Amino acid sequence: MSAVLRTAGLSKRWGAFYANRDVSVAFEQGARHALIGPNGAGKTTFIDLLTGTVAPSAGRVYLDGDDITTLAPHRRVKRGIARTFQASTLFPSLTVLESVMLAVCEREGRGGAGWRALASETAASSEALAILDALHLGAESDSTTRTLAYGKQRLLEIALALATRPRMLLLDEPAAGIPAKESVEVLGAIARLPREVTVVFIEHDMDLVFRFAERITVLVAGSVLAEGAPDEIAADPRVREVYLGEIPQGEAPLA
Amino acid sequence: MAGSAERREPPRRAAAPAPRRGSLSDGRWRPLEVAFWAGTLAAYFAFPAWHVLGSQILITGLFAVSLDIVLGYAGIVSLGHAAFFGVGAYVAGLLAANGWHEPLSALGAAALAAAVAGYLASFLVVRGTDLTRLTVTLGIGLMLWEAANRASSITGGVDGLSGVTLAPILGRWTFDLRGDVAYAYALVVVFAVFTGVRRIVSSPFGRSLVGIRESSTRMAAIGAPVERRLRAAFTLGAAIAGIAGALIAQTTQFVGIDALSFERSAEVLVMLVLGGAGRLYGGLVGALVFMVAQNGLAGIDPVYWQFWLGCLLVVVVLFFREGILGGAANLAARARGRRR
Amino acid sequence: MHGDFIGVVFDGIAFGSLLFVIAVGLSVTLGLMNFVNLAHGSFAMLGGYVCVVLMSALRVPFLLTLPAAFVAAAAAGLVLERTLYRRLYHASPLDQVLFSIGVVFISIAGATYVFGSSQQPVRLPGYLQGQVRVAGHDFGVYRIFLVAVVALLTIALEYVIRRTRFGSLLRASVDHATAAAGLGIDVGRVFALAFALGSGLAGLGGGLAIDVLGLDPTFPLKYMVDFLLVVAVGGAGSVRGPLIAALILGVFDVAGKYYVPELGGFAVYALMIAMLLRFPLGLHGRLG
Ligand SMILES: Nc1ncnc2c1ncn2[C@@H]1O[C@H](COP(=O)(O)OP(=O)(O)OP(=O)(O)O)[C@@H](O)[C@H]1O
Ligand SMILES: [Mg+2]
Repeated sequence: MSAVLRTAGLSKRWGAFYANRDVSVAFEQGARHALIGPNGAGKTTFIDLLTGTVAPSAGRVYLDGDDITTLAPHRRVKRGIARTFQASTLFPSLTVLESVMLAVCEREGRGGAGWRALASETAASSEALAILDALHLGAESDSTTRTLAYGKQRLLEIALALATRPRMLLLDEPAAGIPAKESVEVLGAIARLPREVTVVFIEHDMDLVFRFAERITVLVAGSVLAEGAPDEIAADPRVREVYLGEIPQGEAPLA
Repeated sequence: MAGSAERREPPRRAAAPAPRRGSLSDGRWRPLEVAFWAGTLAAYFAFPAWHVLGSQILITGLFAVSLDIVLGYAGIVSLGHAAFFGVGAYVAGLLAANGWHEPLSALGAAALAAAVAGYLASFLVVRGTDLTRLTVTLGIGLMLWEAANRASSITGGVDGLSGVTLAPILGRWTFDLRGDVAYAYALVVVFAVFTGVRRIVSSPFGRSLVGIRESSTRMAAIGAPVERRLRAAFTLGAAIAGIAGALIAQTTQFVGIDALSFERSAEVLVMLVLGGAGRLYGGLVGALVFMVAQNGLAGIDPVYWQFWLGCLLVVVVLFFREGILGGAANLAARARGRRR
Repeated sequence: MHGDFIGVVFDGIAFGSLLFVIAVGLSVTLGLMNFVNLAHGSFAMLGGYVCVVLMSALRVPFLLTLPAAFVAAAAAGLVLERTLYRRLYHASPLDQVLFSIGVVFISIAGATYVFGSSQQPVRLPGYLQGQVRVAGHDFGVYRIFLVAVVALLTIALEYVIRRTRFGSLLRASVDHATAAAGLGIDVGRVFALAFALGSGLAGLGGGLAIDVLGLDPTFPLKYMVDFLLVVAVGGAGSVRGPLIAALILGVFDVAGKYYVPELGGFAVYALMIAMLLRFPLGLHGRLG
């Protein structure tokens, strides 16, 4: 099996409510894998479990076959798992460049260095600038994060994740809030990342999902409803049933 | 790797990075900073009668700076920071009262002891909610106060520790009653420590503390060991508080048990917030304003002092949230906006 | 009571009961409004002084001063909540801490100005003094009275929270403040009433406490850490959690001071900190 990351019977319970129930999914090396499902299906919770932001109630998470279920979030990052957050989770008072540089420094193991100024980390700053340029954020590098427009904050989320040089990139609705034209561009850029990087993305816009995903997992009410190639998913009657009525006519290729 | 994401457009601005990077704080001293420290030096000559008060302001300012690392930068609300100030004061005082009269080594010992105390305490503090942190820091402070009170045969208890006698600094400068040497000594040590703090807060470590304060979740998601960083910050803050405590013990040649009191923890919190937390100079400016005001009202009954202190807190929180430096920065920004 | 274990435990329970009455309001404020009100003890002090003044100046019987203490503290809580506290519900914990320390200082200065800094004497009525002997053990009558009052109060509080409309509104608001607001619950009013109730209980506790904890202007500061511990260990937003925590704290504090006086308060603080590390969110999560 060439699964980079896989889960076995993963569950998360809040009180009596299962946000995830017995989820077993494998992400193949180099995959472009979409995670879809209605609001409240437990997609974000699943990412939280994969990254260690939230501890599971049951089940295991394996990275390269190693059990990482109880590994601290920052150690998973060191092992190559990076994520973005659905609700922008950034550093409001730091500048865009500083934020990305912090991520680069952490990756290089220099995040705890206490004597030289962050500004003098020239290697980190040119790498950070390159990442920002690639995401069309170069012009904003000196802006304070809190002054950024919402769409740009979404891009900064992605920049931060890329700066960790992930092998496994988990994107929670990366395109939400970005103008349609740009969101195609952004997801395109991500899909074109080298195949050493496995990409999992949550997305509600079915256009984008079917354009960029090579594999799709459908979560409903915390459980996996279906999984397969895009055409299989599009043809799956159970999936159509869940999505019928949810998506206005003509907007989804499913309809 | 991110470069490979975009083939379209080679970066167009070869010349841009240099001016852009100028906006990150690059360690150069700004004119206002130079003026500030020149002022502290000029004060030595301009106010020879006020050296005692001046040295205490400097030292208390350093104490507030140490809290700034913990609170303003790392975002840990502490109600017991005086614990480490007190540890430093007692270590320096006890050394001097028991035969070790050399001041600089005692200063180092005090910093070390406070750092160890801070490191141990940090394990209790960095985990948990704000409520837990408040409770634990308050509890640690009270326990140390009680310990000093009970060990009165060693510490002098509520009467304070006297008999603190010091050898001349570097064998040359003897502490005098007018506070000339005390002021110079305090200024040199405070400036040296402050310069270090100044470097640290603009380093990757210092910036990562700001990151943790603003979003510890995101900081962990870019691979930072959040708890370890917070423990380091707490330890550093404790060590510097210990230096401040030692300086007070040495310059006043006395240690009162109030060095460990809750009131002292609360006062330093007030000074820092008054000056502007998370702003490097906030602690120094806050201590200056606070202590000059306190000195001006010295004649008044301590009860009234407490009353005004309480009112000050309420007013600062309700109407003056960013402290003196924050307010000044806002005013400056507004003035610049108008000129355009 | 030479090493009278039962007697010591009973004293501890009485002390813990007092802590609970005073601190339970803090638990509600914290759980409900997320407000770290360090000035909670000031309301207790207010209740204490109301009792003292009514008894000494107006010769009101002790038992009648207690409801007055409740009413006065609740009224003060209501006024302050409506004018000041509510403006800080969304402020950072630091702001709340600074603000409420300010209130503590003002209340200490105010109390010193009006009543002086000395301990207030209280003369309990004759029928609450002395000891009774039950099964070979001596129990202070006033301690028995305290435990009984607190037991009744706890039952009443549980009733209010579980059985009344206000209680269900309160529970709903603690669980999901935004959802509750969405359902048309006037969360602001629930907050104000809860704050007043909590302050009132603190005031009542302050009146009951004069004979046990003493009363002087530093009261809010002296016991601040105990109130915080009760809530932090018990779990903010809960009633039973703080009750258990208060009893543990009371018993171990009294027993510690009785059996190992050299250690004094250290043992109990160490125990509480250990519990905090074991249960970082408290013994009980939510209102229950
Ligand atoms: N901390 C929590 N406590 C209780 N319930 C929670 C918590 N976090 C999430 N939930 C619930 O778990 C369910 C799944 O949430 P999740 O955010 O994972 O859904 P999602 O699929 O990402 O939805 P969306 O498409 O709206 O982002 C939701 O019903 C949510 O209310
Ligand atoms: Mg989601």
